[in-house]
Amino acid sequence: MESSMNVAATGSPRSGGLGRLLRMRETGLIAIILVLIIAMSFASPYFLTWVNIRAMVMAFAVEGIVVVGMTILLISGGIDLSVGSVTALAMVIAGLLFLAGVNPWLASGIAIAACTGIGAIMGVFVTKVGLHHFIVSLAVMVIARGLCLLGTGGRPIGLYTLPDSFKFIGQGSIGPIPVVILIFVVVVVIFDFLLRRSTAFRRVFYTGSNEKAAAYSGIRTKKVIFLTTTLCATLSGVAGVIYMARFGSAQPTFGMGMELNVIAAAVIGGASLKGGSGTILGAILGTILLSVVSSSLALLDVSVYWQDIIRGSILLTAVTVDHYLNKKRGRG
Amino acid sequence: MTQQPILEVRGVTKSFGSIHALRGVDFRLLPGEIHALAGENGAGKSTLMNIIDGILQPTGGEILWQGRPVRIASPTAAQALGIGFVHQEIALCPDVSVAENIFMAATNISRSPLMDYRALERRAAEILSQICAIDPRRLAGDLPIAEQQLVEIAKALTLDCKVLILDEPTAALSQREAEALFRIMRRLADRGIAIIYISHRMAEIFDNCDRVTVFRDGQYITTMNIPEITPDDVVKAMVGRVIDDLYPPKASPGSIGRDTVLEVRNLTDRRRFHDVSFRLRKGEILGIGGLIGAGRSEIVRGICRLEGAVEGEVSLNGHPLALRDYSDSIRAGLVYLSEDRKGDGVFLDMAIAANVSALDIDRVANAAGIISDADERAQAEALGRKLNLKYGCLSDPVASLSGGNQQKVAIAKMLAVGPKVIFLDEPTRGVDVGAKAEIHRILRDLAGKGTGIVVISSEMPELIGLCDRVIVVCEGRISGEVEGPEMTEENIMQLASAALPRGQVA
Ligand SMILES: Nc1ncnc2c1ncn2[C@@H]1O[C@H](COP(=O)(O)OP(=O)(O)OP(=O)(O)O)[C@@H](O)[C@H]1O
Ligand SMILES: [Mg+2]
Repeated sequence: MESSMNVAATGSPRSGGLGRLLRMRETGLIAIILVLIIAMSFASPYFLTWVNIRAMVMAFAVEGIVVVGMTILLISGGIDLSVGSVTALAMVIAGLLFLAGVNPWLASGIAIAACTGIGAIMGVFVTKVGLHHFIVSLAVMVIARGLCLLGTGGRPIGLYTLPDSFKFIGQGSIGPIPVVILIFVVVVVIFDFLLRRSTAFRRVFYTGSNEKAAAYSGIRTKKVIFLTTTLCATLSGVAGVIYMARFGSAQPTFGMGMELNVIAAAVIGGASLKGGSGTILGAILGTILLSVVSSSLALLDVSVYWQDIIRGSILLTAVTVDHYLNKKRGRG
Repeated sequence: MTQQPILEVRGVTKSFGSIHALRGVDFRLLPGEIHALAGENGAGKSTLMNIIDGILQPTGGEILWQGRPVRIASPTAAQALGIGFVHQEIALCPDVSVAENIFMAATNISRSPLMDYRALERRAAEILSQICAIDPRRLAGDLPIAEQQLVEIAKALTLDCKVLILDEPTAALSQREAEALFRIMRRLADRGIAIIYISHRMAEIFDNCDRVTVFRDGQYITTMNIPEITPDDVVKAMVGRVIDDLYPPKASPGSIGRDTVLEVRNLTDRRRFHDVSFRLRKGEILGIGGLIGAGRSEIVRGICRLEGAVEGEVSLNGHPLALRDYSDSIRAGLVYLSEDRKGDGVFLDMAIAANVSALDIDRVANAAGIISDADERAQAEALGRKLNLKYGCLSDPVASLSGGNQQKVAIAKMLAVGPKVIFLDEPTRGVDVGAKAEIHRILRDLAGKGTGIVVISSEMPELIGLCDRVIVVCEGRISGEVEGPEMTEENIMQLASAALPRGQVA
């Protein structure tokens, strides 16, 4: 028998270790991001300054928390278009409660719980009623936005009296590092680890890869989908609260179009809309790539309209390249 | 042979990365012959067929069509030449009617801009009537797997082809449908159509084919005229050695204990099966026979609470079980191997190791629910060795394995939980002779160690060769039971087609 074929006995060959690493999507993304950063550092001396880096990371850190939720949901085979509106709703609920005299921490807790509730309702429509995620979350996206506007009369609410201790989570830093970034890193590290190694999230992969086979393996797939749907909404709520602390206001129109950014990041990072694949690290790299591109274009004074066109093209390219590679590997 | 081959393959190679699926194979197909292609799982049979059909491009070698070299760039190109292909894996559009599925390829090449659904249904009914009774208006996804397979075959019959490839078409069929298929094959061959027939069932090859070509490990071994050889010759060419005993010895009467492992009493789901009662004794392998659609799989899935609202009593080792769903059933030790490997048996795009641990991931994880990669790999490796699984690397997706090896992954997945009773629905579908004997030996071994084994099989020789006792299901009821020397094809067939058990009133 030739060496590349195991008749089960010879142990898994680790020879392809480096090749495997090179073929990994994460490696490719990191390479592209590095090339971009190096190119930009020549184009603009301002690019690699601490201030700019900090601003760039701040720009995607909170959204990155939503990306985590979305990636997990995509892996389970779902999708959520309502993340932007739900994020805004969390801000609005917490903001209004605070204005009504509720302690800001409690108000935030209630807002996050409300988002969890919204996620649970979506979960019920998907798993019990049997509707598609796309439709359910589309409806919720519109409803949640409507609630935001209804609650605020369409105007941003300033929260000038927010105590510093609360604003700290959005504006403070520990040493040179902003708290927002710390929270983001902690969330990413925890979920990345859990997704790779925990049995709970393995069930998410099984469910997304082949729901019927998962059911035939004794996995309660409805429960899994319900939970991933809920988790995504909860994380959107968390993001909303952090945004409120950062801006010191609640903006009912915040997060419009966020869902597209978030889904694009996850997909560039290797998540599949068919479910069953994706990693947190990849999704975050996708987020970073999109963000580096935006801030480069802004620095280069490219018009905003062009920026959208370029972002869309990157998404298409990434997905096309991936599709092609998959085919070569013989899985397509 | 002087006749001009319609299709000739010369020195074709194909590699997937580092895996060499074909290493220079030859193959000559004559008009009007039924030519069997045999070889172990992973020998490269499907790969060559995919190349002939234009789905895959060869890495090297050439293909000659009626003596002229051709490049077959796509399935459409293959169709244009006159090549029809029934795939090993069923690929129907589940949400579309049977009629539309059957004419999918034909519609694709027709010039008419509009669909004429009435004509479509009429012609579909015509074609189907040659093989079986399926309503062409039903949705393909609603059909049981065997009927889906028949629809696949009907699909190929609509094409006006010169070469018809059938890749394990009978794997999901019972004898009756298979025989209908053989009659059609002979008729087509008499009209001059050349047929490539892939199967792991020796009896079928010897009853229906003219010549046989054997591949081993991606290499061409030999081509022989069926009338001049015996099945042993083919098996020997396939595996390179003689397999003396296709079936393991049966349990001796003394070794089947008095203890009952599993007892099922008055199991009913009102729609598909009624009043099912049977006992499984310690040490025996119990077979369930019957025609397709008789309700065999439904009964077993009912016992495991995989589907349907079932009433009735199931007890394990004398203790009645109260199962709510299949995860309870797994915990209690009852596991089910599905008949539809691709649909619900494996996770095609996930790693082999992850597939093996799917039934109970907690086994390879610590108390905090963190999976140990090393344990997971070790488990997959140990079971892979036991089942003689052929793979490149445990982190490869199951989709990269040959059909029979995917089946072994599905079996490994069940063995991983150390079950008390295993229900296997067509366990050796698509598995080659060597591996099949291996699986049978493992089942016998498990039975000897006290695991309850229940096997559903549409392949009569398997039921008779492997099982100690066979219960036969007909129209949702148990119509009889045969044991020892009474286990003959005639007896089982008779019970399977008996409308009602004798001496019993509905
Ligand atoms: N897309 C693929 N990527 C990687 N390896 C593949 C791919 N398709 C097939 N192989 C490998 O090529 C070899 C031949 O596979 P093939 O499906 O042709 O076998 P087969 O003879 O049809 O077997 P079976 O009887 O099990 O259907 C196997 O070792 C298989 O793992
Ligand atoms: Mg095959």
